[in-house]
Amino acid sequence: MDKRIDYAKIEKSANAKETTRKAVIYVMLTVWAVMVLFPFYWMLLTSVKSYSAYNSEYIPQFFTLSPTIQNYIDVFTSVPLADYLFNTLVFTVATTAIMLVVTVLAAFAFARLDFRGKNIVFTIFLSLMMIPSELVVITNFVTITNLDLRNTFMGLILPSVTSVFYIYLLRENFAQIPDELYYAAKVDGTSDLKYLLKVLIPICKPTIITITILKVIECWNSYVWPRLITDDAAYFLVSNGIQEIRENGLGRENIPAMMAAVVVISVPLIVLFLIFHKKIMAGVSRGGTKG
Amino acid sequence: MNNKNRKAWLYLLPAVLFLGFFMVYPLIDVFIYSFEEGYNSASQTFYGVGLYNYRYILRDPYFLQAVKNTFILVMITVPISTCLALLISVGLSSIKAVKNLYQTIYFLPYVTNTLAVGLVFMILFKQTPYTDGLANLIINFFGGSSVDFIGGPYWAKMFVLCFYTVWVVMPFKILILTSALASVNQDYYNAAKVDGTSRIRTFTRITLPMISPTIFYLVITGFIGAFKAYSDAVALFGTDLNAAEMNTIVGYVYDMLYGNSGGYPSYASAAAIILFAIVLTITCINLLISRKHVHY
Repeated sequence: MDKRIDYAKIEKSANAKETTRKAVIYVMLTVWAVMVLFPFYWMLLTSVKSYSAYNSEYIPQFFTLSPTIQNYIDVFTSVPLADYLFNTLVFTVATTAIMLVVTVLAAFAFARLDFRGKNIVFTIFLSLMMIPSELVVITNFVTITNLDLRNTFMGLILPSVTSVFYIYLLRENFAQIPDELYYAAKVDGTSDLKYLLKVLIPICKPTIITITILKVIECWNSYVWPRLITDDAAYFLVSNGIQEIRENGLGRENIPAMMAAVVVISVPLIVLFLIFHKKIMAGVSRGGTKG
Repeated sequence: MNNKNRKAWLYLLPAVLFLGFFMVYPLIDVFIYSFEEGYNSASQTFYGVGLYNYRYILRDPYFLQAVKNTFILVMITVPISTCLALLISVGLSSIKAVKNLYQTIYFLPYVTNTLAVGLVFMILFKQTPYTDGLANLIINFFGGSSVDFIGGPYWAKMFVLCFYTVWVVMPFKILILTSALASVNQDYYNAAKVDGTSRIRTFTRITLPMISPTIFYLVITGFIGAFKAYSDAVALFGTDLNAAEMNTIVGYVYDMLYGNSGGYPSYASAAAIILFAIVLTITCINLLISRKHVHY
């Protein structure tokens, strides 16, 4: 009777099991990757199909042999997509710039300066993080309307500036910088503002870049506030622009041209993401949520 | 000292002004609005104080439809997206090759414009005279008959909305879960390996308890986010959500404020406060449940 255990056989079956397990995991992950990428592929593909080719395909084709850039020309000539992009750019740059100044100053005050009531004010700031924007949007809408700021950049930008979370994030970063640096600067007669500009900001540059990118993404995608506050197409941002294009522009059911507009709107953020994906993902995993 | 105080407040001044004017004041004001009866936004007058606004919207069929839609959306998308994200994150953390590439790909939807990409989903699911759309092609392939997911029956529309919502919220969940899984101390796994613990047991007895605070965080933020769903629905069904029977509570608030049926900040305020109360209640229930099941 052969009582020896066949180790080779056990190892082989274990290896086979392991390979199957790995294969299943890879298949699952690849399926999801395809799910994520497919809409992007589809919009790119549709955007280079000609109007007649698209509408003659009862069964959509997965590739095209005769790509055209006519749709891209159309979206810039027959609808004011360039204006929408320009408006969004102005809105994004202005909002982000003001947000940065406000945030850096406030974070510095909380992290470095001593004043009466600091803890209470900071607690109030933190509790404001819980306030859903849906609650405050109503009064802001009435306020901006009463100030006659509808359809102006001021009306778009001012209520979008505040970001309590970024103040908190930057304060934590500022507070990590050793006190000795501050006292050394004080001994040398450096003013607080100069210390902030010449020492703190350069050291905390990574965090500042992260919040800048996150704010840019937020601005580029913002929809609700711009929709409420602009009804003049001259002030539409891309989100409202694409909705306008869908409902009124480009003539009946010109889906390829619509997809060209979608590609144009999506490309800036995708490029930004490809360059900064490590920073963006690190920033978001530190507690950002969308919107 | 006085000088020091003044200087610190000077640094804080911009933030305090912005927050005070656009967050604290509106927060108080929204409650006042919600109790002012018959508020007229043109003349800024009202004729009474009471609960009429709440009574009105609670009887408004559009609001009830919006509440129903929102609850269905929440109850379907939160469990599905959380479980799917967990499955993918666990798979992702058990491989080495192409891990970073996949991680980056999975995060891509986070940075895209919800309105713009929603249009792609619309054309994938929409049935037009020219084509049944790609989704229907797949259904036909498996022997089903075509459905118009965008302008058709209620559950078809709800399916697309849930599908797109899951697609949109996955990046955040996968990212958070992957970093939580990476931070679990490897010693536990090595100890389990020495004991010959099976994979499933390792997962339920080590991995899940270790990342339970993260899962719980995702469930809470998922509930809050799904209750505030709005732009996904607009992307798929257009701005007239009431006509499409696909309105959400937030959509109802904005419709009351502005648009064809707009001009009623009082009704909008009352609806927003009801939404806030619902979210607060659900969050509290979640907190209570978590006390039993989350290991900190």
